[in-house]
Order: sequence, then C-alpha cells, then structure tokens
Amino acid sequence: MERIPILQMGQFLLVTIQVDMHDRLALALQDDLTDRIVKTSASGVLIDISSLEIVDSFIGRVLGNIATVSQLLGTETVIVGMQPAIAITLVELGLSLSGVRTAANIDAGMRLLQISLGAPFHGGLDANP
Amino acid sequence: MPILETITILDSADIVRVRQKVRSQTVALGFGLVDQTKIVTAASEIARNTLDYGGGGSVTLEVLESAHRVGLRLTFTDQGAGIANIELALQNGYTTGSGLGLGLGGAKRLMHEFEITSEVGKGTCVTTVRWRQ
Repeated sequence: MERIPILQMGQFLLVTIQVDMHDRLALALQDDLTDRIVKTSASGVLIDISSLEIVDSFIGRVLGNIATVSQLLGTETVIVGMQPAIAITLVELGLSLSGVRTAANIDAGMRLLQISLGAPFHGGLDANP
Repeated sequence: MPILETITILDSADIVRVRQKVRSQTVALGFGLVDQTKIVTAASEIARNTLDYGGGGSVTLEVLESAHRVGLRLTFTDQGAGIANIELALQNGYTTGSGLGLGLGGAKRLMHEFEITSEVGKGTCVTTVRWRQ
C-alpha cells in the first residue's frame, strides 16, 4: 500500500503531503507517525500541507487527531502551509481545528517548534534565520 | 442541460476521483479558487456520505447555463438504507457513524442550493448547485 514518507531532521519529524489523500492513506499516516514519534522520541512534528488542494472534515479530523495524539506522547505538532482557500472553506464547513498549531511555512513552523521547546535547532534547514 | 459525466463511488479512492473530476470541471467553468475549493470540499463530504451510509452510489456532474449565470450541479444517488430524519442529519455534530457529523450540514453551507430526498430502505439523493460569482 501507498505510504506518505516521514523524514527525520534532528529532533523533528517532517511530513510533506504531496498527494490527494484518500481516507485509508490519511489513517495510515496517523498510525505511521504515532509509531515514528515513539521510536525516535522526536520532540516536534511538522506537517506541510501546502500541496493539499482541499481539507475536508475527514482529513481535518485526522490532522486534529495527529496533533492530539502527539501531544499526549509529549511531542508538539505544527501544521504548515495551509492555502487561504482551504482556511476559508474549513471555517464555513464548521471545522475550526482548535488545538492544532499552525504556521505559514516550514521555516516559521520550525521556529515555532524551537521556541516552544526552548532549544536551538541544528538541523540546517534555515541557513539565514 | 449538458451532463458532463457520472462517476461511481464504491471505495475511498473513488472519493479522490470525485474531487479531481469536480475540480477540473470548476476550473473549466471559470470558478475562482475559493469557490473551487468550496465545491470540491462539499463534493468530498457528500461522496463520503454516499459511500459510508449509502453503501456506495454515483454522482452526476451537470453544467447549468442561463442568460446571466453559470453553475455546476452535482447529483449524488445511492440505494442504501436512506435517511429517516433529514433535518437531524443536517445538524452540526449529528452522526450515526464515526465522523464529526459535519458532512451534510457543512456541505450545505458551502453550496448555494442543496436538496435531499430520501426514502428509508430505498436510498438517498442529494442535489446541490453552486453558481459562479
């Protein structure tokens, strides 16, 4: 079965969703990510959804679940790169994703994680902070 | 009115296909990006209902054209259990399944016209339209 890759960068895990996820793929990501958080003791997770064209209530629920589960495991999750049209649509749909931390892009998300963890990041993504 | 196509909805990969086909039709009809996103999201919600509660079915895409406006009509049909109380099914947070209960009510808010007819034991038909602004 198709899987969404999870990359490790220092103490963070990075997921870039580049395909239109069907429901089982979204659920598989939730399971895989939970697994990797436990195995790597990652302190932060970044999920880049800038390539996602829509977030419906199912995908929204999975993103919310990932954030909640990771928090229970002691890991911060930040969703980055949501397209404005998706944000407008989610609000009208009635899904506020409260409890999910968001940032405009990967750089901003990385900084948010660093600040909330109070530790400098040495992964080398951001050469000119 | 010209029927563009009918797509069968039998598994969750078909929901993705519905999203893609609806997206390309909204692009072809000149809908703006926010409108495209709203229609595709609504289509995804209703298609999931058709699959999860209707046991599968199909959606037909049609272009509505009059002298002063253009719209896209989506008609979802299934031969499933039907909805006993449509008003309740449209309420936010109401679900008989495992979802959030935002699907139908949320889809209704994203579209301009929305109509459900359903007969218990026979199936459900959801017809919805969004007009180009």
